Amino acid sequence: MDIVYTIWMRNVKRYLRSKPRIIGSLGFPLFFLVILGFGLNSVVKGPHMGRGYVAFVVPGIVSMSVLFTSMFSGIQIIWDKQFGFLKETLVAPVSRLEIMLGQTFGGATSALIQGFLILVISLFLGVRPASALGVVLALGFMVLVGITFTALGIAIASRLDDMQGFQLIMNFVIFPIFGLSGALFPIDGLPAAMRWLTLIDPLTYGVEGIRYGLTGAAQIPPLVSLGVLGGFAVVMVTLGARLFRGVQI
Amino acid sequence: MPAVRVERLTKDFGELRAVNEVTFAIESGRIFGLLGPNGAGKSTTLAMLSTVLNPTSGGAWVNDFDIRTQPDQVRRSIGIVFQDQSLDEELTARENMDMHGRLYHVPRAVRQPKIRELMELVGLSDRADDFVKTYSGGMRRRLEIARGLLHEPKVLFLDEPTLGLDPQTRNHLWSYIATLNRDKQVTIILTTHYMEEADRLCSEVAIIDHGRIVASDTPEALKREIGGDVVALRTSDDARMLHRVQEMPAVKSAEMRNDGILVKLEEADRHVAGLVTLCSEQGVGVASLAVHKPTLEDVFLHFTGHTIREQEASGKDRMRMARRLWRR
Repeated sequence: MDIVYTIWMRNVKRYLRSKPRIIGSLGFPLFFLVILGFGLNSVVKGPHMGRGYVAFVVPGIVSMSVLFTSMFSGIQIIWDKQFGFLKETLVAPVSRLEIMLGQTFGGATSALIQGFLILVISLFLGVRPASALGVVLALGFMVLVGITFTALGIAIASRLDDMQGFQLIMNFVIFPIFGLSGALFPIDGLPAAMRWLTLIDPLTYGVEGIRYGLTGAAQIPPLVSLGVLGGFAVVMVTLGARLFRGVQI
Repeated sequence: MPAVRVERLTKDFGELRAVNEVTFAIESGRIFGLLGPNGAGKSTTLAMLSTVLNPTSGGAWVNDFDIRTQPDQVRRSIGIVFQDQSLDEELTARENMDMHGRLYHVPRAVRQPKIRELMELVGLSDRADDFVKTYSGGMRRRLEIARGLLHEPKVLFLDEPTLGLDPQTRNHLWSYIATLNRDKQVTIILTTHYMEEADRLCSEVAIIDHGRIVASDTPEALKREIGGDVVALRTSDDARMLHRVQEMPAVKSAEMRNDGILVKLEEADRHVAGLVTLCSEQGVGVASLAVHKPTLEDVFLHFTGHTIREQEASGKDRMRMARRLWRR
């Protein structure tokens, strides 16, 4: 546990010290929030958008922020295992599982902070969460999303030796996960084939859970979201730990 | 008991045999150098000894722990400084040290004073709380060495410790390494492709080329083995002196060159006076006398048939380059 804490602490310290990165990675979601939210607010009306499209899309943008931050902190170990501190941890007399869990929780923590910042910004844009308890629930879902995708990032990074595949991952993993998740649109209006795709996307359950917490309404019952996302988190951590164990340096 | 014992250690990467039946032993307290060009198998050997990589066949024992069956004990008893920096630049030097101590389960009460002591030893005490990103290349190396010693390993592995450092910093680092070896009684095994480094530091050198150890001995013995020293002698009467020189017992051979006599002999410095005396006895004036001692460069050429060469860049080297550019 001491080792997990040590690695976690290192990740959090690094994250908190990289102010430009924190601010920089707020830019993209913020852009989405403002352009999409306000641009489409008057045009888009749907059955689930009683409080306007902005209120509908905030949970989606929060999820996006958590997704991106966690995937990046997972994938960044490609770099780190070859040219960085991670290499030092890999030769220490500690188990790979401890290192992997420390990295995962570290990534999830940064992602949670990043998502929380978006939440705070959305307050200033006039989107009020439904209840304080709901916010806590949303934060819980953010943690699960963070764990799931940091672990996925680590799993992918464990199989890659250099950053050449990064663009591929960006275009064929991260964007589809985001696009298909119902972060930007209600999922029950989709054609059957596409709806099926959204339902195998772990992020869908994250978005729905966070949306339930923040707006008080969702298309997937929160307990179902919690169960499915929790399941995905366990699967991803197991997969990540298994692949990370095979990492050669 | 040798600190490190390696027996017929072999590593294949697919078709390529990177390390081929390497055998050597390092006595406790020595500085042992693996000398060879890039891609010769030095780092792969170190990776196996530090249990990062599994050997294809053969075995090795570090501090009497088997690298195949006791990896944790091996890891606990060694310190490693990699070829590529493995510090966290976003943390301070002290935080890097502290992290290392935690990873090696060094108790807090021991950790703090030990960190202070080691930072002192490598001359970084006054910069201990600065971020590593503000450190120069030489300082980073020193910090990594100090970090590698924090858990009091008996054997320290240094993979190309002075690669990419300027000559002055390199010299500095060499004295630190020599001091550590002497004061801390740490056995050091280092890889290098700098002849001078091996010559300056190592009490024993193994020359490795294409995965094989082609020669292994003290630097002096290796140089002796390739045929001793060469003295170029020019006198006022070379023809007459040639015969006299050939009669000297220490001289292995002497031949006439158009610019003087080329004398091959062992331990030339001890016989220089004799040569000069011989000339004056014969009433022949010495115009010039030059002693050429073989270097490890000559030794390497002798055993491998080629000079130490740079291998074409692998994917990893390219990444290394990209990283250097990025940091600039």
